[in-house]
Amino acid sequence: MTGTATAAHRAFGRRLATALYRRPRLQLGLLLGPPLGALVIAYLGALVLLLINAFWRYDAFIGRVVTQPTLDNFVQIVTASVFRDVAVRTVLTAGAVTIADAVIAFPIAYYMARVASHRTRNILVVAVVLPLWSGYLVKVYAWRVMLLNGGFLDSVLAPIGLRGPGLSDVSAWLVFSYLWLPYMILPIYAGLERIPGSLLEASADLGARASTTFRRVILPLTLPAVIAGSIFTFSLTLGDYVTPSLVAGGTQFIGNIVFENIGVVGNTPLAAAYACVPIVVMLIYLLLARRTGAFESL
Amino acid sequence: MERSPAARLLLRLTTAAILLFIYLPIVLIVVYAFNTNRVPTWPPAGFTLEWFGRAAQSSEIRASLSLSIQAAIGATLVALVLGTLAAFAVHRFSFFGRETVSFLVILPIALPGIVTGIALATAFKTIGVQFGLLTIVVAHATFCVVTVYNNAIARLRRTSRSLEEASMDLGADTWQTFRHVTFPSLRTALLAGGLLAFALSFDEIIVTLLVAGPQQTLPIWIFNNYLRPNQAPVVNVVALLAIALSVIPVYLASRISSEAAGVPR
Repeated sequence: MTGTATAAHRAFGRRLATALYRRPRLQLGLLLGPPLGALVIAYLGALVLLLINAFWRYDAFIGRVVTQPTLDNFVQIVTASVFRDVAVRTVLTAGAVTIADAVIAFPIAYYMARVASHRTRNILVVAVVLPLWSGYLVKVYAWRVMLLNGGFLDSVLAPIGLRGPGLSDVSAWLVFSYLWLPYMILPIYAGLERIPGSLLEASADLGARASTTFRRVILPLTLPAVIAGSIFTFSLTLGDYVTPSLVAGGTQFIGNIVFENIGVVGNTPLAAAYACVPIVVMLIYLLLARRTGAFESL
Repeated sequence: MERSPAARLLLRLTTAAILLFIYLPIVLIVVYAFNTNRVPTWPPAGFTLEWFGRAAQSSEIRASLSLSIQAAIGATLVALVLGTLAAFAVHRFSFFGRETVSFLVILPIALPGIVTGIALATAFKTIGVQFGLLTIVVAHATFCVVTVYNNAIARLRRTSRSLEEASMDLGADTWQTFRHVTFPSLRTALLAGGLLAFALSFDEIIVTLLVAGPQQTLPIWIFNNYLRPNQAPVVNVVALLAIALSVIPVYLASRISSEAAGVPR
């Protein structure tokens, strides 16, 4: 009984396999349908819904969202100085974080790619990858503990007559730079590793000093990698509200205002409209980055 | 390029300093988890295991740990299925909009976290789903697909199709070929991608906080308790637990598969 059942099963399986093999379109549809359907419906659908929400209005008087299309939220964002200031501060911080990360990432990436032995290099890659994927909140919290008045930083800096930055906007910049550093190290490392050694030798043979080779050969060739890394440092800074609320000591960033409005206040339309700021900034950034060919370095 | 010994030494010292910068805060949290003093002063006052006992007794912490693990397993399973299917489709077929698939897979993680968070939260609210484990799993799965997809497609590009053709020529049907040839060559890549997805989900808070409702994952528990002065030492212990449970899968992934390392999300 079971023997014939499995045999029938197997025959059916074979027929199905052959049928699928003969119809590549159907095969593609079956493969692509679930992931594409899920992402389009769950993600793109949600994004569209968010955009629609941005054109609705929150009536504080009745405490409800009024579903009548209006541009009020966008007008408020552009005209109210609070929203402008916070947006400018967030974008400037993202820029400063990107620059700091590029500067810090270069030496370690260079050491990994061109100086370290094969063994050391593998260890270093793992050492950089580990903090990239894990312990985000723990690291922010650890920085908060370090930055607190009379905490680790103050104690360590006291003998040389300095103080830590406490909880401030400078701290937010410092902690953001710390958090996203691995996202910059890895692309630059990969970019440096791809440069053929012969190019550097040629530059030296032609009489260039190390600094000239760096400026004229290495830097231009790794620029796409730096831009690839900057996409992460920029986007991650724009979309974070947890880090500022832990270490910025009350200074607000775009994420904080969006989070407050959707959570405490319940003004989803305004939150949705303000969330368009990081979306627009990222779209412009991605378009600019695309021109430089950075996408091949992703 | 010739490098002088001095330049080498300088580069080595800079690298060491940067590594110290990366790992110092993590080491500090480990140290404070064993500190006798309730206030995180430097240097630590003494050694104790008391806070570990307190953390183990808290039913709230146990509940959030269990929710985090359930959410991570759920998100990983969904990501494994969707990511593998998408990788096969993109690798095996050429079709209109193929480039868009990779873009779509990366989008949930490339867009700023708050955007993904409130978009999903608004969508869940609109269709009337109750916030909880289900919404956390769906939200995490959308941005975890990319880790599986990236690992699977990198492996597919590296493995030659001739093995599969040989299997078919020798009379194996599509299923047999998949089971005995294709899947084994893909297994470690999927395992690595799955481990990364688990770590990513276990670690996430920016999106999670917006879609979890009253539920607490482990990171949300830390977020809700870090301001309570009495809880500070227990928060350190939970932080230690949280980082251990996300570092271990990432470390395993990087050991299992070379594709897992060097692929920034």
